[in-house]
Amino acid sequence: MVDASHGASDVIPPAAVEDVELYHPHSWWTRYVFSQDAKVIAIQYASTAMAIGLVALVLSWLMRLQLAFPGDFPFIDSQRYYQFITMHGMIMVIYLLTALFLGGFGNYLIPLMVGARDMVFPYANMLSYWLYLVAVLVLVAGFFAPGGPTGAGWTLYPPQAILSNTPGGQDWGIILMLVSLILFIIGFTMGGLNYVVTVLQGRTRGMTLMRLPLTVWGIFTATVMALLAFPALFVACVMMLFDRVLGTSFFMPAIVEMGEQLKHGGGSPILFQHLFWFFGHPEVYIVALPAFGIVSDLISTHARKNIFGYRMMVWAIVIIGALSFVVWAHHMYVSGMNPYFGFFFATTTLIIAVPTALKVYNWVLTLWRGNIHLTLPMLFALAFIVTFVNGGLTGLFLGNVVVDVPLSDTMFVVAHFHMVMGVAPILVIFGAIYHWYPKITGRMLNEGMGQVHFWITFIGAYLIFFPMHYVGLVGVPRRYYEIGETSFVPASVHDLNIFITVMALVVGAAQMLFLFNLFWSLRHGREAGGNPWRATTLEWQTPQTPPAHGNWGKDLPIVYRWAYDYSVPGAPEDFIPQNQPGAYGLTREAIA
Amino acid sequence: MAVVLVLVAIAVGSVLFHLVSPWWWTPIASNWGYIDSTLVITFWITGAVFVAVVMFLAYCIWRFRHDPNRRAHYEPENRRLESGLAAGTALGVFVMLAPGLFVWHQFITVPADASEIEVVGQQWLWSFRLPGADGRLGRAETRDVTSDNPLGIDKTDASGLDDVIIQGAELHLPVGKPVKVLLRSIDVLHDFYVPEFRAKMDMIPGTVTYFWLTPTRTGTFDVLCAELCGVGHPQMRGTVVVDSEADYQAWLAQQSTFAQLQASAQPAGATMAEVAAGK
Repeated sequence: MVDASHGASDVIPPAAVEDVELYHPHSWWTRYVFSQDAKVIAIQYASTAMAIGLVALVLSWLMRLQLAFPGDFPFIDSQRYYQFITMHGMIMVIYLLTALFLGGFGNYLIPLMVGARDMVFPYANMLSYWLYLVAVLVLVAGFFAPGGPTGAGWTLYPPQAILSNTPGGQDWGIILMLVSLILFIIGFTMGGLNYVVTVLQGRTRGMTLMRLPLTVWGIFTATVMALLAFPALFVACVMMLFDRVLGTSFFMPAIVEMGEQLKHGGGSPILFQHLFWFFGHPEVYIVALPAFGIVSDLISTHARKNIFGYRMMVWAIVIIGALSFVVWAHHMYVSGMNPYFGFFFATTTLIIAVPTALKVYNWVLTLWRGNIHLTLPMLFALAFIVTFVNGGLTGLFLGNVVVDVPLSDTMFVVAHFHMVMGVAPILVIFGAIYHWYPKITGRMLNEGMGQVHFWITFIGAYLIFFPMHYVGLVGVPRRYYEIGETSFVPASVHDLNIFITVMALVVGAAQMLFLFNLFWSLRHGREAGGNPWRATTLEWQTPQTPPAHGNWGKDLPIVYRWAYDYSVPGAPEDFIPQNQPGAYGLTREAIA
Repeated sequence: MAVVLVLVAIAVGSVLFHLVSPWWWTPIASNWGYIDSTLVITFWITGAVFVAVVMFLAYCIWRFRHDPNRRAHYEPENRRLESGLAAGTALGVFVMLAPGLFVWHQFITVPADASEIEVVGQQWLWSFRLPGADGRLGRAETRDVTSDNPLGIDKTDASGLDDVIIQGAELHLPVGKPVKVLLRSIDVLHDFYVPEFRAKMDMIPGTVTYFWLTPTRTGTFDVLCAELCGVGHPQMRGTVVVDSEADYQAWLAQQSTFAQLQASAQPAGATMAEVAAGK
């Protein structure tokens, strides 16, 4: 299977791609603000995402304070509580996770990892960011608009989303939310087409698809999925906007609101749910697949071992991406849709567990007989495996239609999706930042602060969300401003809620230390050099660190091998960069 | 090596938490014990996988920790191992899915002898309707909702006149009798949620949804709304009382029918015929 014998004759002349093809900035404005350099755009995306993420973090504190100490904070009334949970959810899923993985890591890593000078459409790439920024500003404007932001829950289910008993429903809130989403999707499409075309057309000589690092595979597949899934959300947003502003009835049946017949009629609320989840479920994997890819590279690099089962890992990413389009209605088992759908969607949902489980096995088997350096990126990768396995396994409860019936719409669901698509991908984001910060800035992040950040975040997040499953199992529904008096919720659940809230405050505070570290290390971090982790992939082989505009100097790199030649028997070093010709490891098309 | 100890603590601690913590579901009061059983099977399978993966991970980290004098093993693939793991996982998934689908089939197959009742949701209260003497619920439409006909019952449908209407009061159900719960909303999405019944389902304005159950023990249970329905969502509470047959009949005898309620709301002299004609 492995053909490792290739000699010096395999050296290929460099491709003649001159960097004069790029737009070169002429002023400070075009270099740092309206930049067309993917690396600058990446930092703009990431900074904006983290800034708005900070808002979401504060909102989560406020809602946890209400749940632990109901009524003690008069500022948090039920109206505001629903506004907080809605904005928290939407910000985290769309404006933080999607934007950071694709706009942030995608922009920074794709051109570098495939050996390109930049994205293929730099101008559209720039527009993508600026539309994203406008979308974020429109979203934030909701906080200052009359009536405040929408409180419809992040799923924005009609009819309540556009009615007066929901915060922002008959004010500006829902309109601003829908407009912001529409802008985000337009902006994302510009960036997304860029990522896809760059991966398909911008790869340097020798970089075959099956030599791409899994990070690129993850981001690439997620982007293709996003390009197919976001249009469903787009039309849903446009239709709901029409229902709200023009009085159409796409999603609005006959309704009596507080004794008054509304002028709507004939629409289908459940149609919105299908459109929303046709987007919403792929969205879970749009966040997860880049995390899968990145964590594979972190584990391989820091365990000094090739990723185990590379081809299986690639195919698992592709298969998960495809299957994720036929599982959406598992979010709707108790929605009142045709109950026979349950058989189909439970089956597809549990099938998707198989390729996902294989990825977990291969991560763990990559560690097996490795040489594991417990660096910060590795620690975060290990924490990802634990939280992802935990959250993935509770997905088998909720995916298995009949088990979902008692658990749906309870805190069990909240705990599940936070563990699997909140905590786990965010741990990967942290690991990735600790891993690539030296390439982005030329300096290492401070290790001491990083250790404190890691331990509080990992253990704290687990202690928040693991017990929360049991709050749901007791029967506490989600989206309850307060549970009040019931016959089935024991008083001890209240103590557990206080514990969870205290942990949430602590974990949130630890993120301030992380942000401080990002700034502090810019100046005071240890000099990193070009390849501090002794990694094989192309971004670590650039002539300058941080890489200059155009990435590669005069000649593009040429790729001779896959991305995972670590600890090759007989090789002088325990890693062989992808652009190094030679006799060892998986050169040329050996992996075929 | 702190991370090894922490991982072991997470695996052991999670299992201990599951076994000794006081937080577990409320005792069941319906025939859906199968749901609880499937859930318990899932707990055991997933729990075993979780412990196995985390413990193996901890072992790998300890056993293969960095040693400058050693190199990692070089093994890009191992097809036999990978396909073996795929097959094992597929088997585990099947073991969970098969009973799940079996119980789901029961869940959506309403027994022929189930009596129908209707639950109507609106912001933020529950109303109930029982079929009355003819055993059939009359037609109802959101468009027909008025202040004296809050459930929108079609006055031209004779089978609706004897329907028993319960507003702002408890729903009673006889123990041991299967019941098909028809769900209707006149404004936004709601979800009729009684934790002890395990079964629940959204109600969608414009559509009638359903689930069925057989109450298995008498008692008084909370009704909550489980689908966000506006700012009053957590206050949308009700009560369902499962009675013995005799108690149920006694309660039923005290309830008013739609026709009776209409008559009391009509000016004096209005006849039943006029009510039936929709005047």
